[in-house]
Amino acid sequence: MFKPFFSSRWIVLSCLFSSFAAYADVSLLNVSYDPTRELYQAYNPAFIAHWQKKTGETLKLQQSHGGSGKQARSVIDGLQADVVTLALAYDIDAIADKAGLLPKDWQSRFPYNSTPYTSTIVFLVRKGNPKQIKDWDDLIKPGVSVITPNPKTSGGARWNYLAAWGYAQLKTGSADKAREFVSKLFKNVPILDSGARGATTTFVQRGIGDVLIAWENEAFLALQEFGKDRFEIITPSRSILAEPPVAVVEKVAKAHNTLAVSQAYIEYLYSTEGQTIAAQNFYRPRAEIVAAKFANKFPKLELFTINQLFVDWRTAQKTHFDDQGVFDQIYLSTQK
Amino acid sequence: MHTLSVQTQSTAITEPRWVRYTLISITLIFLSLFLLIPLISVFTEGLRGGINKYFAAMVEPDAIAAIQLTLITAAIAVPLNLVFGVAAAWAIAKFEFTGKSLLITLIDLPFAVSPVISGLIFVLLFGLQGVFGEWLAASDIKLIFAVPGIVLATIFVTFPFVARELIPLLQSQGNDEEEAALVLGATGWQTFWHVTLPNIKWGLLYGVILCNARAMGEFGAVSVVSGHIRGLTNTMPLHVEILYNEYNFIAAFAVASLLAILALITLALKTFVEWRVQTQVLINDPDVAS
Repeated sequence: MFKPFFSSRWIVLSCLFSSFAAYADVSLLNVSYDPTRELYQAYNPAFIAHWQKKTGETLKLQQSHGGSGKQARSVIDGLQADVVTLALAYDIDAIADKAGLLPKDWQSRFPYNSTPYTSTIVFLVRKGNPKQIKDWDDLIKPGVSVITPNPKTSGGARWNYLAAWGYAQLKTGSADKAREFVSKLFKNVPILDSGARGATTTFVQRGIGDVLIAWENEAFLALQEFGKDRFEIITPSRSILAEPPVAVVEKVAKAHNTLAVSQAYIEYLYSTEGQTIAAQNFYRPRAEIVAAKFANKFPKLELFTINQLFVDWRTAQKTHFDDQGVFDQIYLSTQK
Repeated sequence: MHTLSVQTQSTAITEPRWVRYTLISITLIFLSLFLLIPLISVFTEGLRGGINKYFAAMVEPDAIAAIQLTLITAAIAVPLNLVFGVAAAWAIAKFEFTGKSLLITLIDLPFAVSPVISGLIFVLLFGLQGVFGEWLAASDIKLIFAVPGIVLATIFVTFPFVARELIPLLQSQGNDEEEAALVLGATGWQTFWHVTLPNIKWGLLYGVILCNARAMGEFGAVSVVSGHIRGLTNTMPLHVEILYNEYNFIAAFAVASLLAILALITLALKTFVEWRVQTQVLINDPDVAS
């Protein structure tokens, strides 16, 4: 769309500015997914200070954000990530399976399934809750327009889908009823954005839809950015415990000679400071002391895990999200 | 210039007045709806937080890194395509050889495929799982998700601009002047420098401007090979997307408006060059004007 122009004056200008670039001893690349931008913007300076104090080394931390699946694909294709912090375990499994850049049992390397912080799936509605949305059952009512991204491309969307499925299965005790529930839900979805942040923008900026199914952290952030006078968060009675995992990409870190600092980068996420920063950025902390301090910030609800209902991510992926999986069948039927 | 305006006036118009005015107003409404209003809104959104925030968005380190990378990429891609474009156009216009039409088709290829595919080609070739992936990794050469990959993708996408502009120009001029120069004892290089180049310079400049515009504005192909590392592999268009996704709308539109300013300058230059080309044609070939 834009047709910019180029002149020698700009080269001179850019040369002047090049002195701004900071030079550091070691640099570390954290490849992450969309909603963690603000979290790592806050965490990285804290870790740089911690590392400097501990070792005297000056670190430079680099960030890359995008849809979780797309980011995993980039790492598989050679994006030089020392650390990955993605939306779901399956994406890191893919890096282990397809590129062998880290061991297959990566998830046992750090506490709590290598997820230092958790989140859950909640609803964001417009102020005053005009459609009176209280729980999952209200989302399948006729005339309610639901915004959720595409589960084929977005990690967050897969959590949304599994949360809806799990709610229905636990309520009715039947997988068939759960499938029917999710089909009805997707009949109410007018647009499938490719990523979680895109779906939030659709709902918040473009004003489409009555309810956005979102990460709790993403919903809180939207509230903070766009004002409590415009939106409110509805926490359903029951939802999924969303565990966005972290891992050191061992092969890359070894080649960069950054294995120790990468390890420390992730370990520090579990420290009181790391946990506090996570909580301040609306992720539910694992450490009990920090969790107690932020208890009034996160509403209590019944949480089920993916292992409880769907065995594990590899299985859930295969059954629901791979080509010709349950989601494809459901989505085809809603298009008729 | 006068001859030009006379030429357009003299065209016979048979349509009734109301048809003309309807068509003109449809064009104007369409233009303002789809071009002017978005353009203005880019600037008003960027300036919404005041002039200080507007400029703060541009001197922020990541923005400067993005501007630098965009300029470096264009500074490498444009001269390379300039040399390639002149060579290819020269070869096609002045010589007969087998496979000539195939070469022309190949030059057009980047126009025909979607930029995203252009980016993916490089991932499939040079990515870790790609054809040359292992060799590159073993030799510790980083192409994809680094600056060289971005430059490569940009060169690929902007390949045809200069050549496509020059081929018809060189063909229409024929070989007479060059042959005369050679008969008078000029070397090949002298012929090119003193005879061919002066004849094609405005067309060449036009091609370079278009090539540069695309090099700086390219999004799709660059997005695929960039890896989106902040302050390292983000060009200006990618930086705009990142800022927008971070709810940083003022900064996003401020940087976008910088791209828009560059676009407007390009447009002005393009118009100037177009005008020069037209007058040049009229001077060289007075038959066209009459």
